This record gives sequence, C-alpha cells and structure tokens, in this order.
Amino acid sequence: MNKQCNCSGKTIAGGFDVEPLNPILEAYNGSKGNLITILQKAQGIYGYLPKPVLQYIAEKTSVKPSKVYGVATFYTQFRLTPVGENLIMLCQGTACHVNGSARIERAIVEELGIEDGQTTPDNIFTFNNVACLGCCSLAPVMMIGDETYANLTPEKTKEILKNIREQANTIPASEPAVLENQEVSL
Amino acid sequence: MKIVVGTGSCGLAAGAGKVFDRLQEAVTAGHLQAKVEQTGCIGMCHLEPIVDLYETGKAGEKPKRLTKVTADQIEAFLTDPISLNDQLISEVDQEILAAQERIVMRNYGHIDPDEINDYIAKEGYQAIQKVLKEKTPLAVIDSIKKSGLRGRGGAGFPTWFKWKAALDNAADQKYIVCNADEGDPGAFMDRSVLEGDPHSLIEGMMIAGYAIGATEGIVYVRAEYPLAIERLQRAIDQAKEKGFLGSSIFGMEGYDFNMRIKAGAGAFVCGEETALIASLEGERGMPRLKPPFPAEKGFWGKPTNINNVETLANVPWIILNGAEAFGGFGTEKSKGTKVFALTGKIKKGGLVEIPMGMPLRDVIFDIGGGIVDDKPFKAVQLGGPSGGCIPTELLDTTIDYESINQTGAIVGSGGMVVMDESTCMVEMARFFLEFTCKESCGKCTYCRVGTKRMLEILTRITKGEGQASDLPLLEELSNKIREGSLCGLGQTAPNPVLTTLKYFRDEYEAHIHEGRCPAAQCTPLITFKIHGDQCVGCTLCKRVCPTGAISGQVKTAHVIDQAECVKCGACLTKCKFGAITKQ
Repeated sequence: MNKQCNCSGKTIAGGFDVEPLNPILEAYNGSKGNLITILQKAQGIYGYLPKPVLQYIAEKTSVKPSKVYGVATFYTQFRLTPVGENLIMLCQGTACHVNGSARIERAIVEELGIEDGQTTPDNIFTFNNVACLGCCSLAPVMMIGDETYANLTPEKTKEILKNIREQANTIPASEPAVLENQEVSL
Repeated sequence: MKIVVGTGSCGLAAGAGKVFDRLQEAVTAGHLQAKVEQTGCIGMCHLEPIVDLYETGKAGEKPKRLTKVTADQIEAFLTDPISLNDQLISEVDQEILAAQERIVMRNYGHIDPDEINDYIAKEGYQAIQKVLKEKTPLAVIDSIKKSGLRGRGGAGFPTWFKWKAALDNAADQKYIVCNADEGDPGAFMDRSVLEGDPHSLIEGMMIAGYAIGATEGIVYVRAEYPLAIERLQRAIDQAKEKGFLGSSIFGMEGYDFNMRIKAGAGAFVCGEETALIASLEGERGMPRLKPPFPAEKGFWGKPTNINNVETLANVPWIILNGAEAFGGFGTEKSKGTKVFALTGKIKKGGLVEIPMGMPLRDVIFDIGGGIVDDKPFKAVQLGGPSGGCIPTELLDTTIDYESINQTGAIVGSGGMVVMDESTCMVEMARFFLEFTCKESCGKCTYCRVGTKRMLEILTRITKGEGQASDLPLLEELSNKIREGSLCGLGQTAPNPVLTTLKYFRDEYEAHIHEGRCPAAQCTPLITFKIHGDQCVGCTLCKRVCPTGAISGQVKTAHVIDQAECVKCGACLTKCKFGAITKQ
C-alpha cells in the first residue's frame, strides 16, 4: 500500500518525505516501548500524523498498524489532520469554566466561524478546546502558539484574533509553524 | 543589585517573560547595573508578574517585592527606580505568605530552578547523602512511616507502605516512577515543583529509589507542560554532571541511580498506576486488574513504585528535619502540609501550602481573601473530577483526608475551585461528567457507557428538558458506575453528581420542575429583561445586540424581543444604568 521510492534521493511514503523520520526510528530501533515518543517526534516534524507516516512507522518498528493507529487516537496530543498556522488552545479547566470559558468559546466561534477541532478556510486558525493549561489563577485563559492570553473577555478575545489575522494577511506565511516541539532526550 | 523575576507558567502567562527580557536588554545595553535572575512560581499568581529587588544580593537579605509589573513600566523604572513603589507588595499579602508553612514550596522564590548550585545552597542533596551514608533502606522507610506522609496525588495512601512492598519484592531490576501527569483540571502544584524546584523532586526520587532498591527513575510528565519538561531535563543534566546521578553517585561505589523523563501524550486515566505503566510501555493507557500491584509486577513486569511529585518533594525535607518535625504539622491521621491550588471566584488565587487540619473557611477567606466582588460564597469544589462540591454549611470542615471524605469530596491532588452564586451546580456536575466521559478509556462498560448516559441526562436537565425520574436514575447510575469500574477514574466519576445532588438538590429540582436556573447560568433557562423604570434610552444595548432583538427610541425605555434574543448577554455587560437583569 505504501509506495516508497528513492528516485529523488528522498524516501517518500504516500507523498510525505520520511527522511527526517529515519534517524528517529533508528535511534529507538531495538528498544521496546517507545511508540509514543516516536509518534511525538513524528508530529513535531509534520505538525500532525498523516496516515502514510503512521503506516511507515508501523512497518519500520514491526508494530501492527492497528496498534499504531490505536495509540495515535487514544491520546489527545496526537492529531490526524493538519492544523492551521495558529493553533488556538482554549482552556476548559474547572477554574476557566467557572470564570466563563463558555463565553470565550462563543466569541471564538462567532469571530472565526469554526467549531472546536476545525480550521478556518484560509488556514490561519485551528481551534481546539483543551483540558487545563494550568494557569488557573488567570482564568479564563487561551494559548495561541506559545503565547498565553490571560483574563480573557469576549471583546478581548475577538480583538486578539483580529490582530493575528491582520498580521497574517500582511506578512505572507513562509513556513507552517512548528507547533509541537517537545525535545526530550532519552 | 540583583533583580529576580518569577517565571513560572502563571508568571509567564501574565507577562513575566517580557519583563525579564526587557531587564536583560537593559543590562546588555549598559542601562542597568544589576544581575537579572529568574525563579519559579512564588505561589501568588494573582500578583504576577512579581519582581524582587535585592539591593546588595547578600545572603539573608529581604527583597523589595514589586507586583503586577508590566514590560512597559521597565523603562520608567530604569530612570527612576522608585517609580514602581506603589506596586510594592501589601502588608496583608506579605502576612498571608508568612502565615503559610512551606515544606514542598520551601525554595519557591528563593532559587533559580536552572541553577543546581542554588538548590545545593539551600541544603540541597544533603538528605540523599545522609541516607546513603547513615541509613539502611529499612531505616529510611521507617522515617517515612513515622512522618505519616501519605500520597499527595489523590487517594492519600501511606507512602511507606508502598515503599516497603516494593522493597520486599526481590528482583534484579526495580523502578521508581514519578507520576507528574497532573491531569486534574484546576490543580497545578506538581507543575510548580517541576518548574520551580526540580532538584527537590530528583532528590526525593533518589531517596525513594535507595529505599526500595531501584536504580532507575522515570518521571512521567504531562506533554502539556513543555516548560516543566525543559527545566526538569536541565536539572537532570546538571545533577549528572555533578556526579549526583549515574554510576557510583556521590563517589560512593556500588550506588547507581539514573533518571529520565517520559513525556505523556495527554490522557487523564494515566494518573492511575497501571494505566501509567501501560503508557510508559508505549501502549494505550488502560488500567488493568490489581493484584498484582505495581510493587510486585510493574514496569516491564518488575517491581515498581509510583509516587506523585508533591509526595516525593516532601521526602528530602523529612529526612533532613526529622519525621517528628513533619508530623508536628497536621492532624493525627493526616500529617504534614499540603499544597492547594486556590482558584475560581477567589480574590487571591494561587498556590498555598498549609498544615493539614486547617478549616476550609480559613483557607478561602483568610488566605484567599474571600470571594471576588464580596459576593456570597456558594461552594468549593475539591478533588477535581473525582471530588465533590462542599457547601457553605460545611465551611468549617477541617482539611484532612478523613473529614473531607466524609463530605463526599476528596482532598485529591489539591485543586480548590471556589464558586459564588453565579455558578450553577447542575452545570458544574455536567461539566465534570463531560470531562470523565471524554477521558474514560473505554475498558469498563459502566464507565464507558454509564458516564455517557449520565452526561446526557445532565445535559437535558440544563436545557430545561429534565424529567422527574432523572434524579433517581442519576443516583442509580452513579452507584452502578462506582461498583462496575476497574479503576479510580470510573469509581469516583459520579462524585461530582452525588455531592451536588446531596447538597444542592433544590437546584436540580428548580431546573426540572420550574424550568428555572437559580444561578442564571443555563442559557436555555434564562431571560434578559430591561426594566423600563431604570432604562434611560441611551440605545447602547440596542447597538450591541447581535440579532437586533432590542427596540426603542432615544430617551425612551427599550424592550427585548424574547423570540429574537440569543441570550448572549452583550446588553447586560454594556448597560451602565443597571436596567438590564438576567433571570
């Protein structure tokens, strides 16, 4: 199912350059129990986990594809669809809930016209509700990329989103933002 | 001069990173003669960003503490250092800080988490050396037993008991695992240890490792905590460099201890020991039957001991100061101190460390400063999705494992979310069930399907579509889920519903029988009304209404067309005359 060719000097699996994955797979080859770490690093490379990449990981690690898929869908950190340039993570922890995160969600939905888990057609925003971000004393809170926005109100939220969109429209996006970069040396 | 900026996650969210950068830039540019350093969480999140000024930087000097410092103020501060004097911490806040008993948080605000020497200067790594030189593993376990330390992650199980079981199971390889998968929404004390004092955790793990005979330690950290992972990794690297980790630690032949981080990938159920082990092994994090307990068959089938971050951070202090000193705090059965994350509708939110046995009222009103806008207190949620809501009439309950359990809540990891009259308790229960339903791993039918059914029932009640039979049905389901679930997630999932049913049944009944939400929070059940006698006809509400539901001429009373109103509340927030109410 997975076509791999080396014609351009690159290893391609289902249209994805898997060359950067190889050193990772080699590093963990032989030691057991590293599937989650491999998936985390793969997501760090592609921004999400494309199916051909999952297939490739399964082949190389001799783990059944069903298990790779099972692990990838079990944990909330893993995404199977690409994300926009700015990932909005709206905290839905208890403190944020008590302090009105529902109103903030409504503001985001109104402003962007997308629901939880969706990406705007212009690919500028992806919106995700997430469990606690751990900034409970500054609730309600959201994170966009690495930036945390605290003590939100619906008006403030819309303002922030407008500003980001304006910037995105004036400066053409060069590369998709690297959203997950948890380098953990093991 | 030395300037220290608090750069825990809360501080950074409030803008401490920019303050720190601005100060650094000023030093580089030669505009400021000072050493700019960072420290972890100070615990007073409501005052962040916090900046400490040390005139001399000598040991023992008390700093001038500035609060709510913004990056834009730095320039003024550089030309006139006393320009920020009205942001000096108030005496009240200083007293609140001084009144706490800090064991886990002993180094907060005093050390740079990225500097191992800062930790060493605070008696760091002395406990492990004392243990290696003077104590047998059994003697260490005996000290922990005498101290009365119980697990700070949830269930409050005696720590020594788990250690002893792991020690007694002989094996060629044993593991000590730290559960830093702090998934409980509303709790962030473990994160603050990892970000603010990572070496205390490392030392605690080394001692635990020695006590049970483990030479390898693994910290399972939540992936949502990138800063914690970064700082802990740096701390591990520094400890390795010093020869504190690795082979023959502290130059002592025969004592090896290695440590590594494993980043979790986001699953609340991984707080359960056997699920955590499955996740460590690269599997889906699903719990299994116990026994065998992890102390017999854990990680890769080897004896494994799992402790929570806060539990382990207590250990070096207990070894150095003695079991009696630790037991001097707290009650007979719940000894020592406990860190609580005080959040919600509270004036002074943050992390507080208090001796066990303090009444809830003192924590909320004395330390927390009471409710925002001085509204009446309604309830406090303790223990997150496994815990429950404690009402006003039980405010004098003391905080210890037994007393809190009696209310139907649990101490849990120490999340304390305070609620006022604007929080609907049915909606609160629905919120937690939505969480547990999403986080159920799906192994046990009652947990997988039962929480889903409960969520459906609660959702329809909050929509005003509840039925009289719903409450007994919720109770029946609750009991079945408790009995029919393998792990703590399912067994405790009904707690938020049971406690709110117990203490706030009238709210459920108002939703079902009267179609009314007493807290005016459940959107389908509320109506916005303009009071003609108070409306001056300023037209502001009419202009902000997104659906054009408000009509009226200038200087005449406006009215809301209920059929068009989407209940967004925009009019209410805009009205300056208090003419609009929500019912």
